[in-house]
Amino acid sequence: MTTTGAEAPAIRVRGLERSYQKLEVLRGVDFDVARGSILALLGSNGAGKTTVVNILCTLLGADAGTASVNGFDVATQAADVRESISLTGQFAAVDDILSGRENLVLIARLRHLKDPGTIADDLLDRFSLTDAAPRKVSTYSGGMRRRLDIAMSLIGNPPVIFLDEPTAGLDPQTRLEVWRTVKELTDRGTTVLLTTQYLDEAEQLADRIAILHGGRIIVNGTLSELKALLPPAKVEYVEKQPTLEDVFLAVVSDDGKGSDAGNDRSLGTDE
Amino acid sequence: MTTHFFGDTAVLTGRSLRHITRSLDTIITTAIMPIAFMLLFVYVLGGAINSGSDSYVNYLLPGILLITIASGISYTAYRLFLDMKSGIFERFHSMPIARSSVLWAHVLTSLVANLISLVVVALVALVMGFRSGAGALAWLAVAGILILFTLALTWLAVIAGLTAKTVDGASAFSYPIILLPFVSSAFVPTDTMPGPVRAFAEHQPVTSIVNAIRDLFTQQPVGTDIWIALAWCLGILIVAYALAMATYRRKII
Repeated sequence: MTTTGAEAPAIRVRGLERSYQKLEVLRGVDFDVARGSILALLGSNGAGKTTVVNILCTLLGADAGTASVNGFDVATQAADVRESISLTGQFAAVDDILSGRENLVLIARLRHLKDPGTIADDLLDRFSLTDAAPRKVSTYSGGMRRRLDIAMSLIGNPPVIFLDEPTAGLDPQTRLEVWRTVKELTDRGTTVLLTTQYLDEAEQLADRIAILHGGRIIVNGTLSELKALLPPAKVEYVEKQPTLEDVFLAVVSDDGKGSDAGNDRSLGTDE
Repeated sequence: MTTHFFGDTAVLTGRSLRHITRSLDTIITTAIMPIAFMLLFVYVLGGAINSGSDSYVNYLLPGILLITIASGISYTAYRLFLDMKSGIFERFHSMPIARSSVLWAHVLTSLVANLISLVVVALVALVMGFRSGAGALAWLAVAGILILFTLALTWLAVIAGLTAKTVDGASAFSYPIILLPFVSSAFVPTDTMPGPVRAFAEHQPVTSIVNAIRDLFTQQPVGTDIWIALAWCLGILIVAYALAMATYRRKII
């Protein structure tokens, strides 16, 4: 169940172990992510999702096991791994004091690309941030920060992208925007490893879903395979949520996108 | 990895220098405390202090300059801490850049910010009547000592910024360093102090640095003080650099 596709996987993880002092977070994690596909890594808080991502992004060493990204070993070929990836962490890693455009130019220059200005302008346009481009990022809304964050990760077109809880704390509209962006990525052949706590997010985006629990991948399969394994109560919860979301989106869709829609919702049942 | 070290450091230094130029208040707050001390000591307490010097502001300035640096580096730790917490460090570290350039950018920015603050404080001292007949070479020597002292304290600040748990913790480490000049020859000659205090004052780094700078300003022979001062600065610099780098490596694998 762990191998997919005929060609070498973009991400291959075998027997990964990692402890923090006495706490064993990862106790032998195995999974593959096929090229151009999206794997959603599901798990509750503290399950070790971020630890897996950090090891794959060469931010953290593993105690045991091997991992390779884009064919490069994360321990011995870290520099090549870094050439192949980009990371969008749990908290939008943007520079508050710089403008949106300056943030993009900064990353383009650090990736040693030619013509950082044009790259920045293209991405600003693609993520509907052109108007906000000269403004300090500290004035951005949560959704704009997240869009900028993801735009920064796309600079240089890395073949593998890690998205660590990309929609945590976002309102439903922004979440849909992020989802659209992620789907576009795989249309371009990018491999995505996504961690999330939201089952519907995995359902919407992922080709395969792996559940990290007790330090191991306990389930790894397609959505339909996974659904059969989940307790019924969880499934019910997943199915209810989109209905509420539909109502929310319908109610707020008349308003301008920039306003904080969460504060002025009214409970109308007549629609 | 190292092929891009200078380019990456330049790009990242440009970034954190923008943080300084866009929040000039950090320069001003850095300079305000030493200027306040200078006003207090020259116009309130100075009349009662027998420094053995014609002009108390001349006597005082070297110590005030060191206080300026000590208060300036707390912002270095603060900026570093915020970068660690915001996740932008992780972004940089997951990119194909020379990793140590992330630290060096903060160090160079600290140097620039402190030099600006030092110039501001020195200009205020000039207005208050500070005068020196020192030649270009002596001024260069003073600048060299101050730069070395700034670098030494900056690497201490890097350790604080990397290991702090809270924003307050990141900048609090500088308070003892700010107070160190008070128990030195910076404000009063050490021979007026009681035995143990005098022993401490005469054997801590600030006294030798202050004496060396004062001698350079007043065109006195610098004697052994300058060598002791340089030894202190270099010693702190090397130890702090080694500890900071070890801490950094532990943090990022």
